[in-house]
Amino acid sequence: MFPELNNLLNTTPDQVEQGKLTLLCDAKTDGSFLVHHFLSFYLKANCKVCFVALIQSFSHYNIVGQKLGVSLTTARECGQLVFLEGLKSAVDVFFRPQEEPHPLQFLREANSGNLQPLYEFVQEALKPMDSGEAAWRCPVLLVDDLSVLLSLGVGAVAVLDFVHYCRATVCREWKGNVVALVHDSGDAEDEENDILLNGLGHQSHLILRAEGLATGFCKDVHGQLRILWRRSSQPTAQRDRSLTYQYKIQDKNVSFFAKGMSPAVL
Amino acid sequence: MAAAATCSTGTRSTGSMVVAASRNNVTSFQRRGPRTSGTDSGCSRLVSISGTRPSVRNGQLLVSTGLPALDQLLGGGLAVGTVLLIEEDKYNIYSPLLFKYFLAEGIVTGHTLLVASAKEDPADILQELPAPLLDDNCKKECDEDICNHKTESNVKMKIAWRYQLLPKIEARPVSSSRFGHYYDVSKRIPQELIEASKWHGFFLPEKISSTLNEDPCSLNHGYIKLLQFIQNIIYKEGFDGSNPQKKQKNILRIGIQNLGSPLWGDDICWTENCDSNCSLTKFLYMLRGLLRTSLSACIITVPTHLIQNKAIIARVTNLSDTVVGLESFIGSEKETNPLYKDYHGLIHIRQIPQLNNLICDVSDVKDLAFKLKRKLFTIEPCG
Repeated sequence: MFPELNNLLNTTPDQVEQGKLTLLCDAKTDGSFLVHHFLSFYLKANCKVCFVALIQSFSHYNIVGQKLGVSLTTARECGQLVFLEGLKSAVDVFFRPQEEPHPLQFLREANSGNLQPLYEFVQEALKPMDSGEAAWRCPVLLVDDLSVLLSLGVGAVAVLDFVHYCRATVCREWKGNVVALVHDSGDAEDEENDILLNGLGHQSHLILRAEGLATGFCKDVHGQLRILWRRSSQPTAQRDRSLTYQYKIQDKNVSFFAKGMSPAVL
Repeated sequence: MAAAATCSTGTRSTGSMVVAASRNNVTSFQRRGPRTSGTDSGCSRLVSISGTRPSVRNGQLLVSTGLPALDQLLGGGLAVGTVLLIEEDKYNIYSPLLFKYFLAEGIVTGHTLLVASAKEDPADILQELPAPLLDDNCKKECDEDICNHKTESNVKMKIAWRYQLLPKIEARPVSSSRFGHYYDVSKRIPQELIEASKWHGFFLPEKISSTLNEDPCSLNHGYIKLLQFIQNIIYKEGFDGSNPQKKQKNILRIGIQNLGSPLWGDDICWTENCDSNCSLTKFLYMLRGLLRTSLSACIITVPTHLIQNKAIIARVTNLSDTVVGLESFIGSEKETNPLYKDYHGLIHIRQIPQLNNLICDVSDVKDLAFKLKRKLFTIEPCG
């Protein structure tokens, strides 16, 4: 986790908000550093994490996680982390037909796709143990990323249904959190992606949006991060709070600064 | 990414000494072998694959694309387990060159090749590969040296007799252990190099049967056949580590030409709202899954200028690791622009992967142009 981002979001691993849907999106840049941040943050906060990693392999997250101070292999062994490696499971499902329902069953289906097996996988992974005493703080579902589901033939509505079901179970029933990454295609006129992004944007409590700089490539400032808090459940109509920072990604950390205040410029 | 293919630079293992004082007063220092944590022992083994080198930034195993200039722009080379997507230029003149460079590099370094095309027979593609530029003078001298060496081999060393026991060092520079070679585009690769290499070809008209079996998933029939072919080769020849290989490990270089064109049976190039508009993206996802779990690298050329739906181009870019776009000046108004008069086109590095890392090496130079000289394809910053 990045300490500066924790300060901006006003959270620490000791006090974790519960029942929230966080939307991560990136436009014209790569927002995967946010996924690494939340993964290491929730593991350090002693939460039970179910990570649906659809676009990169386990060792990629593990190596970056080690730089950020968490070990995914130990977390997986002791049961804190349930990791669905999308790439490897997809090869299994596609080339060797499975008998029992597989979370990525939709890869073998003709059209529109049904994400119910995936939801049942998440449900199975995060359900609280019957022993009564809670070993972990709260369940967290992390998805990287939802846009690739559209590329695999699943409709935007099916993905929204999946997120709705996960929210109802994980956030409402079990008081956990859901974090998902969606790419913003910008001017590529991807209608399905826009439907997904807008739909999730209305449902989420916190939106982190990583954008490339409008002026183009810069070596010292890699992009701009917009943080938007939405307190839709409050009766008193509070304005949604929004902050914008620019950031630079380093080897083991990301540094944030106010717009125009990059250390390279000052 | 295969776990063995990555090694973090910070955790190089050192042999640890175990001292055991045995009963008969003779201490035996036993050097424990390198700690067998998956990445480290794999790293020491894998560095010895010819034609590969670890990246200086994160220890990723890299192979050369065949163009040392392009290797430099991509941060040292193409990472094993990733896809290099070439966005074809308008009349498909320069992208086959990059394709052939990649395959020729595979032959020179002794990698196994898998060539897939719907337009040309892979055997014909291999005949047209450029010839590698080995130093000709050096070759002649080395042949003479070897003749002399044979007569002196039984002369015993009198003073430096310890060195007699060392294995004979190869005097000829072994070109295949170098990373990145130069090629002469005006000459064809010598026939004996092709015959000495191991390659598999996938020519779509031969592999597709006339009766189309209805496959439940929405993938194009040609794509399904190609995926099965690739998976078969990877599994049979042990590139995914399934069969413990007795001989030394090797890299599989996959080249797929004109993916997404109508010859593959895909209709994204002539209609905007096509029925199976996720066929190509699904194929790329499955390909990524196969590559990440094996020792292979892949080059794909896609005619993105023909794809009608811009959303598909964005999705294809997201599903590929490294994306390089070629824009030739033929037929465009840039041909008469005095700034570009020395060059044949522009080359855009659109995307570089961030694997096992938070950051990636993005080069500072963004305006790059290419030029095809008589013998060489060069990339230079322009302007």
